[in-house]
Amino acid sequence: MSGTTEERVRILRGREWAHPVRAARREVLSAVPELDEGCPPLLFVPGFGHGAWAFAEHWLEHAASRGFPAYAVSLRGHGGSEPAPGATLRAYTHDVVQAAAELPRQAVLVGHGAGALVVSHALARYPARAAVLVAPVLGGPATALAALRANPVGTLPALFGGALRLHRRQLFGRELPDADARRHLARLGRADRRAQWQLLAGRPAEPAVGHPPVLVLGSPDDRVVPPAALTRAAGRYGAAPLLFPGMGHDLMLDTRWQEPLDALLDWLVKEPGRR
Amino acid sequence: MPSSTEHGRPDPETTTPAPSRDGRPVSDRGDTVCVIGAGASGLTAVKNLTEHGFGVDCYERETGVGGAWNWRHDRSPVYASTHLISSRPFTQFPDFPMPDSWPDYPHHGQVLSYFERYADHFDLRRHIWFGTEVVRVEPVDGDRWDVTTRSTGGYGPERTSRYAAVLVANGHNWSPKLPRYEGLEEFRGEVMHASSYKDPAQLRGKRVLVVGAGNTGCDLAVEAAQQASRCWHSTRRGYWYAPKYVLGRPADQVNDALLSWRVPLRLRQWLYHRTLRLTVGDLTRFGLPKPDHRVYETHPIANSQLVYYVGHGEITPVPEVARFHPGGVSLTDGREIDPELVVFATGYLPRFEFLDPQILGDADGSGRPRLWLHAFPPGHPTLAVAGLLQPDSGLFTLAHWQTVLFARSLRLRRDRPQRAAAFASRVAAGAGERYAGRVKDSSRHWFEVGHVDYLRAVQRALDDLEGK
Ligand SMILES: Cc1cc2nc3c(=O)[nH]c(=O)nc-3n(C[C@H](O)[C@H](O)[C@H](O)COP(=O)(O)OP(=O)(O)OC[C@H]3O[C@@H](n4cnc5c(N)ncnc54)[C@H](O)[C@@H]3O)c2cc1C
Ligand SMILES: NC(=O)c1ccc[n+]([C@@H]2O[C@H](COP(=O)([O-])OP(=O)(O)OC[C@H]3O[C@@H](n4cnc5c(N)ncnc54)[C@H](OP(=O)(O)O)[C@@H]3O)[C@@H](O)[C@H]2O)c1
Repeated sequence: MSGTTEERVRILRGREWAHPVRAARREVLSAVPELDEGCPPLLFVPGFGHGAWAFAEHWLEHAASRGFPAYAVSLRGHGGSEPAPGATLRAYTHDVVQAAAELPRQAVLVGHGAGALVVSHALARYPARAAVLVAPVLGGPATALAALRANPVGTLPALFGGALRLHRRQLFGRELPDADARRHLARLGRADRRAQWQLLAGRPAEPAVGHPPVLVLGSPDDRVVPPAALTRAAGRYGAAPLLFPGMGHDLMLDTRWQEPLDALLDWLVKEPGRR
Repeated sequence: MPSSTEHGRPDPETTTPAPSRDGRPVSDRGDTVCVIGAGASGLTAVKNLTEHGFGVDCYERETGVGGAWNWRHDRSPVYASTHLISSRPFTQFPDFPMPDSWPDYPHHGQVLSYFERYADHFDLRRHIWFGTEVVRVEPVDGDRWDVTTRSTGGYGPERTSRYAAVLVANGHNWSPKLPRYEGLEEFRGEVMHASSYKDPAQLRGKRVLVVGAGNTGCDLAVEAAQQASRCWHSTRRGYWYAPKYVLGRPADQVNDALLSWRVPLRLRQWLYHRTLRLTVGDLTRFGLPKPDHRVYETHPIANSQLVYYVGHGEITPVPEVARFHPGGVSLTDGREIDPELVVFATGYLPRFEFLDPQILGDADGSGRPRLWLHAFPPGHPTLAVAGLLQPDSGLFTLAHWQTVLFARSLRLRRDRPQRAAAFASRVAAGAGERYAGRVKDSSRHWFEVGHVDYLRAVQRALDDLEGK
């Protein structure tokens, strides 16, 4: 358990009460172990442009084979979830908290890319058992600069509300077969421009409720999230990031997808509990 | 920190017997906190205390969770048709939303399933002793408490366990408040309190008099309008009968939009009066008395159907009951009516039958506790009450933050005693404070709070605790 100092919780939420987020049909994909071994459920949250499909490719089945009930949600306007023009970061956060509260037991939230930003906001509205931020894009001007440097042509339109276009070298390592890479790229969608702007504005998340332990992992060769950003993200939660050299931003789709997932699950098994 | 109930169900028997009480052994539960009741308030207490690292034993006299919202519980005040009156965003716990697919005002069966899911999701049942009633809670040295329990209904022996702290969450909507009338004993018709009303079949085909216009009385009058052969609705004042929807939105959400723009009370009252005037209209033309107060000065009524049935002649509004006769009822305006069934929807009174009333600051024996934030008794830093509130919104959010505050104050006592002393003097100074605008003097308003005023006070208390 941590000491007695706590970041300030804000308990008056007039705007959330008076203007609740409108419901949108959600896609949740899952793989559940045949025998319930008492492991906590995992809820994977894809980043902007990705859908639950990104985790259905490898991670859900593998997590289930190791005893963890595994779920992936598509944020509204992504994957198989309902289209949602004008979606905000608050709406995405709402989708994650709703999906988590629907699970039978207290869940571990795993956010990838900008999904990690959504998870960090969701942690303020749901006491997760633990959280894992995978190649986290936590927003703010630093995110924009890094993206511009890595891919100026694809990023510039996004700064003016256009679509963010990521190219193959940003997302995947060299070993991923071309056909797979093309298949994944073809499935990419986009986040709403309001949410995109909010990502760049980078309003910090409110403090997490219930002291979840947090793990950060990523690749030093990620061309969306520079190593400094990984270290910064991990530092916020008082730890060092776990690194997987040679992999691209989309660790869950890359050829060596199993290594980071196994590390994540090992951490959960060893995790002594709440801080 | 030892958290004695982390694994498996609590078992006081396995801990070492400490000194005895009245010749019986007392098992010492160390740093464990005792929670009384597993309704909404007790459940959130168990969750938040364990989340803050405390071991918890919770005692519940019924065999399931949900308290009032489990309408099979013998003391449940809920009837077949009950729906929430506070809309979803105001009612759910702040860290466990109700499903998006539910309506704005869920049915009581959904509310119960919400508590069952909450208990399962956070694995709370392993801390709860079901079918076990707390019969005595007594202070012992060092701000600790001896809690004596037995099987519900008085079977089996009593056992006493010693706890580091106690949180009382026994609810305050189960002990009927019954008015007395001359001649009531001789009345030949049927008389009951709303707490034993469950099903509209109880009204079918009868001439029914409903007394009281809280939310219960209004719901019952509507059901009588639909089921009974005749319905009189007796009130001792006029009220603001507010619909559940205004301007196309749940009424509480519209009100909070105004609150979040910090529209002053007087202006909100004026707007509300205007809106009611334009939608519901002037009720005095139906024979309903003119309200003797402004809106928000009595506990809000949320009922869209009452006025509708009055307008259709299915509900006859009548004044207060003067007295009963063997064959009927005299009203204060001299009218005589002849109901076969009289239902008193006259509300409830708090009851803490296991605690010395002095401990909760009820010095004159009126039954009204004197606490800070309606939760913390002066002089007893390890005791708190949760859920003893009558908010103008949902209760669960408020009970959640009360129990978070209690958990943090207990943690502070252990880690930073000096700051805890400052908290204790805050409790002493603030006992009896109110958190609502002006309200009519009635025991039904003892615990009336405006949710914004109240949560502001809790926010300040949390900030002070954390030293910011
Ligand atoms: C008809 C009706 C409708 C309502 N509608 C709303 C609404 O729409 N929104 C809202 O927010 N509130 C509403 N309320 C208020 C309602 O009281 C709360 O919603 C809520 O049920 C209070 O929860 P609680 O845990 O404080 O008390 P309860 O639900 O009463 O739970 C107390 C628990 O403690 C147990 N207990 C009591 N004494 C002992 C003992 N000595 N030993 C062991 N266990 C004990 C009881 O068995 C019970 O399970 C309504 C109330 C009524 C009467
Ligand atoms: N979700 C729902 O649908 C729902 C339904 C029912 C109740 N509730 C909640 O449950 C709680 C209890 O409500 P309640 O309606 O049972 O009780 P209540 O709010 O206390 O209302 C009691 C009513 O009876 C009247 N009354 C009391 N004593 C009387 C007497 N001696 N003679 C004549 N009239 C008398 C009161 O009049 P005065 O105003 O003059 O005191 C008032 O009209 C409230 O918080 C309420 O909001 C919610």
